[in-house]
Amino acid sequence: MEKITNQKAWLLVLPVFALVAFSAVIPLMTVVNYSVQDTFGNNKFFWNGVGWYQELLDPTTELGGRFFASLWRNLAFSAIVLAIEIPLGIVVALAMPRQGWGVAFSLVVLALPLLIPWNVVGTIWQIFGRSDIGLLGWTLNRMGFDYNYVADPIDAWLTIIVMDVWHWSSLVALLCYAGLKSIPDAYYQAASIDGASRWAVFTAIQLPKMRHVLVIAALLRFMDSFMIYTEPFVVTGGGPGNSTTFLSIELVKLALGQFDLGKAAAMSIVYMLIIIIVCWVFFTVMTNAGRDRETSGGGP
Amino acid sequence: MARIDLVDLAHSYSGAGADPASFALKPTSMTWRQGGAYALLGPSGCGKTTLLNIISGIVRPSRGKVLFDGKDVMALTTQQRNIAQVFQFPVIYDTMTVGENLAFPLKNRGLPRTEIEARVHEIAELLDLTPYLARRANRLTADAKQKISLGRGLVRADVAAVLFDEPLTVIDPGLKWELRSKLKVLHRALDLTMIYVTHDQTEALTFADTVVVMHEGSVVQTGTPEELFVRPDHTFVGYFIGSPGMNVLPAKVQGRQAWVAGHALGLQRSYALPADARIEIGIRPEFVRLAPPAPGLVTAQVERIDDLGRSRFARVRVGDLRLAASVPNGVAATGNGAGLVFDRAQIHVYVNSRRVEGTA
Repeated sequence: MEKITNQKAWLLVLPVFALVAFSAVIPLMTVVNYSVQDTFGNNKFFWNGVGWYQELLDPTTELGGRFFASLWRNLAFSAIVLAIEIPLGIVVALAMPRQGWGVAFSLVVLALPLLIPWNVVGTIWQIFGRSDIGLLGWTLNRMGFDYNYVADPIDAWLTIIVMDVWHWSSLVALLCYAGLKSIPDAYYQAASIDGASRWAVFTAIQLPKMRHVLVIAALLRFMDSFMIYTEPFVVTGGGPGNSTTFLSIELVKLALGQFDLGKAAAMSIVYMLIIIIVCWVFFTVMTNAGRDRETSGGGP
Repeated sequence: MARIDLVDLAHSYSGAGADPASFALKPTSMTWRQGGAYALLGPSGCGKTTLLNIISGIVRPSRGKVLFDGKDVMALTTQQRNIAQVFQFPVIYDTMTVGENLAFPLKNRGLPRTEIEARVHEIAELLDLTPYLARRANRLTADAKQKISLGRGLVRADVAAVLFDEPLTVIDPGLKWELRSKLKVLHRALDLTMIYVTHDQTEALTFADTVVVMHEGSVVQTGTPEELFVRPDHTFVGYFIGSPGMNVLPAKVQGRQAWVAGHALGLQRSYALPADARIEIGIRPEFVRLAPPAPGLVTAQVERIDDLGRSRFARVRVGDLRLAASVPNGVAATGNGAGLVFDRAQIHVYVNSRRVEGTA
């Protein structure tokens, strides 16, 4: 078939271009602008070329050291959170009722954590975990555990991970539940006729049918956890020491604490590139997963 | 391999206590013989899928029981009953290859590898799937997927029966015919009991040697395609089978005489009918011929002529009644008035929609 060439189409997408330019590209360009300059205030700028980037990507400098430390911390956090929330969400979705009053009930209960503002979530856990007055912290200490998230980095990490799991597993569960609901009954009937075990039903039907929602859930959870700021900031403020200082907290310290606009801008750009690249890799791998056994040849 | 008996089977989706008139399946008893090719034919909502799901064990009936070779299977699960079922939409395990799909039921039953392999190849050969064994199943066309669904049933050596629930719904018309002939071949080759649910009379009549016609939850007639055509037991069968359907005309019948819209028609047999019942006569359009008007013939007004290619049917009116009649070659259906010639041997008499036999 002949392809139709029609330049008028550009005119039709123009509004979108304009909108994206104003909402994303132009603000981004100002950051790019900052990242190649140095300033000492008074709105005076000095050209610095790729100097900030060189410093940022060199772990031996002060800036580079801070950047890589918080980057590894953040990647570890995202990995742990994904490794817990995805399987947990699947299990919860599988355990949810398919019909009756239980459906509405469990949906509402699951949606509750998602409706709470992020800094409120932080405040809840900040108080909940306190060893002097918090229900969790106090109980743990009375049971003999030496739990203190303000002083112990491991306790701080545990608190933040449990908080994130509490806050976001519902999202994964809800997405998986939607995926499960879309599987026609005939599949389960066929599987029972084929004598499939519960595990075989899960691996042969439910998991493959949930693949697309799982890609979305993993992407959303990765991006969110990689950009996490509010909750750990409220609970630990990045401490004790720097042990829970994630990339965004580091960035805010740099930009608003020290007013190093050039360094902060360079870090923002690298931060954004990392997110885009990781998401692209994620998406490509997960959407292509399982297609590898495809062989060539026409259909019957 | 099994003979299947249904004993006083009935089902209501709102429980056994529901109004009997609302039952999805009204009390039914019948026998499906081992090795038979059956079609369950009826319009949507007539209870045919319910009946099928009761046999396979997906639905538990409110009443009655199902016997396989005389053994009560009500307590058995679908899997234990050893039924194969092909659904309306192809069910394929997406992540597996065609071969793995076919092997799945055997693997679940823990058969040895070599045996599974041999069986899969045998069935793939039968279904012409051998070239695709190594391909992923979810990229195949709908008819190939349906073949895989069927293959997963046939691969088990000991299936009691194969049930089809409108399996050709999503298949291209051209391929339907091919797949249907394939089913016939398989039926002959494997000597399996096959039950085929459909609302398409062509599918039913070409596939089955026994057709079971259902209407509003009950079986109205069981017979060969020819019996259903020549001697419909119920006005619904006459109307549902055949295209156009049977002419069903309110009539008065006395002895060997029927009166339809003031015209007298001779009958081959003699009838003594209850006075207060609803009496109708039924005759297929194939047995009512249009002829030039002549004295002694029923006079009719021709409304239009449908040319079906190999035959022509006239839509005519006799008084207030409308009926269809065949137009023989050479008869020019011009003008409005025409005569109708009834083949008296093919006139059936129905009392409250059920056919009654006359006496000689």
